[in-house]
Amino acid sequence: MGSYVYRRYPYRRPTELDGGSRRRPIVIVGAGIAGPTLALALAARGVASVVLDEDDSVSNGSRSICQAKHSLEVWDRFGIAQRMVDKGITWEQGEVYLHDRPIYHFDLAPEPGHKFPAFVNLQQYYVEEYLFDRCLAEKLIELRFRNKVVGVRPGPDSVSVDVETPDGRYALEAGWLVACDGVRSTVRHLLDLPFPGEVFHDQFLIADIRFTSEQPKERRFWFYPPFHPTNSVLLHRQADNVLRVDFQLGRDADPEEEKKPANVDRRLRQMFGPDATWEHEWTSVYTFTCRMMERFVEGRVIFAGDAAHVVSPFGARGGNAAVADVDNLAWKLARVLAGSSPVSLLDSYCSERRAAARENILNSTRSTDFITPKFPASRAFRDATLALARDFPFARTLVNSGRLSVPTVQPGSPLDTPDGDADWLRGPAPGSAMVDAPVANGDGGFLIDHVGPGFTLLSFAPRTADLPELPAGVAGLMVAREGPAPAGWTALRDRDGLVRQRYDGRAGTAYLIRPDRYVAARWRRPDTTELAAALRRSTGHG
Amino acid sequence: MAEAASGALRRTLNLGRPDEVYNAIVDAHRDLNDEQCRAFDAGLILLLANHVGDAGVIGEALAAARSSLEGGSR
Repeated sequence: MGSYVYRRYPYRRPTELDGGSRRRPIVIVGAGIAGPTLALALAARGVASVVLDEDDSVSNGSRSICQAKHSLEVWDRFGIAQRMVDKGITWEQGEVYLHDRPIYHFDLAPEPGHKFPAFVNLQQYYVEEYLFDRCLAEKLIELRFRNKVVGVRPGPDSVSVDVETPDGRYALEAGWLVACDGVRSTVRHLLDLPFPGEVFHDQFLIADIRFTSEQPKERRFWFYPPFHPTNSVLLHRQADNVLRVDFQLGRDADPEEEKKPANVDRRLRQMFGPDATWEHEWTSVYTFTCRMMERFVEGRVIFAGDAAHVVSPFGARGGNAAVADVDNLAWKLARVLAGSSPVSLLDSYCSERRAAARENILNSTRSTDFITPKFPASRAFRDATLALARDFPFARTLVNSGRLSVPTVQPGSPLDTPDGDADWLRGPAPGSAMVDAPVANGDGGFLIDHVGPGFTLLSFAPRTADLPELPAGVAGLMVAREGPAPAGWTALRDRDGLVRQRYDGRAGTAYLIRPDRYVAARWRRPDTTELAAALRRSTGHG
Repeated sequence: MAEAASGALRRTLNLGRPDEVYNAIVDAHRDLNDEQCRAFDAGLILLLANHVGDAGVIGEALAAARSSLEGGSR
């Protein structure tokens, strides 16, 4: 059954059972999206890790299907993003319906001049498969299946982890333990840490179906459709001719009744007409919660992804936030392990990603409130918005079935240096993610291809002689008009002028970019002292 | 779709932070009963109408809101 064949990944007897060393710098719990991404991001910086997972396969069901641009950019560093783009669905047109009538059409054609589109729809099991493949090929990563964490004992400089396997129990001594083990985090439960938040009672039904006749070419959102008149229905395309149909069921529906194939099929038949044929892939009734831990770092235990925070699914902020979490964490952890930054650098992981989680919860709650209004006036405004949307384009902007996940802005982070110059017309300010642009260089067609795993200084100095002095350990990118690249610098050719445009890159302008591709500081004319100060601040020495 | 030739009522987006404004309006009704909602909306409309000032624009908005009732809920 189903278009996806679930592989079983091999279990290997851990060496600790036979007296091998128990000491590991990094132990990651959970091989979902966050765990393997973190392991790869650490490996890219020369840091070894062990990933423990109680299961031996990928995600059961399509689950997190919208892979956002910023996640693809992270995965591209491991060479697996293009595989996702090739397999997934990129370009999306769609139609919004009210009752039985289409009210407007939308077209999410990607903005040109970026390596990756705003998002790709791809089932979570493919994302995990590609991550697992890549991890299994990486010497610095040990991916241990059927290794279940049953005990966690935090110490001052390490964490003891008890692990159960088919061959018995063993203990690891982890320098740092990173819990990427999902919303029901075992590590969080074992440490008895609170997970406060809000419970929502609306029920939704996901039906993943694979069309055996021609599938609809468009994405569709229905409000009050004739086949489900009291509520809304969202439809998303996925790879392999699979569609996700997301029915809002309301608070009082009986999930077992709704899940019965005959009941799902009756609605689908009304949606797709008498000639359509399909097979069921996965059906699930869900409710959701919005929760966030008070601290993402507890001594030597760190939480990331759904283990640390959860949101409603609207707006694709689960999996994508998990990737952003571990991208934020990996370089900081690598620096702390190497002794090049103080342990307190990890406090910024907590503050930056908690701020991001708050923003994600706000955004997804707004979408949820639009799809399932909580009080009569809220419903009246929602319905008025829909009624105006056919004739008034402004109202279409207000229709909120989920806002695209974009990198959150982290203003006021202690790692970033606020603008000193006041004449910026555009360009990513400190605390914002860098933006991509095309460049004409032999080994890469885009700016993001040239940003490595460390800090980067992007300079628009007109001549080589005007380049700022490069601090130790920082890679230089020069968008210079003339002159060869000196040692430490790579010359970029601004093929379409879009690098200058997107960064407001006037002569002398420079951006200091963090390893997670956030802008740490920018200047019209940096001097050596300012540059050194910004770098100190960004590496936790500020 | 072109701006309506017939009038001056703006049809395209004019809000800098649309989601924020929309949710601020909705949330302002959260703890009000039906009667209070009506009174609140009446006050809000009059304030905004005064700010807009142009009788022609307000007349167009009234007509548009009226005709959207037919295409709306139920």
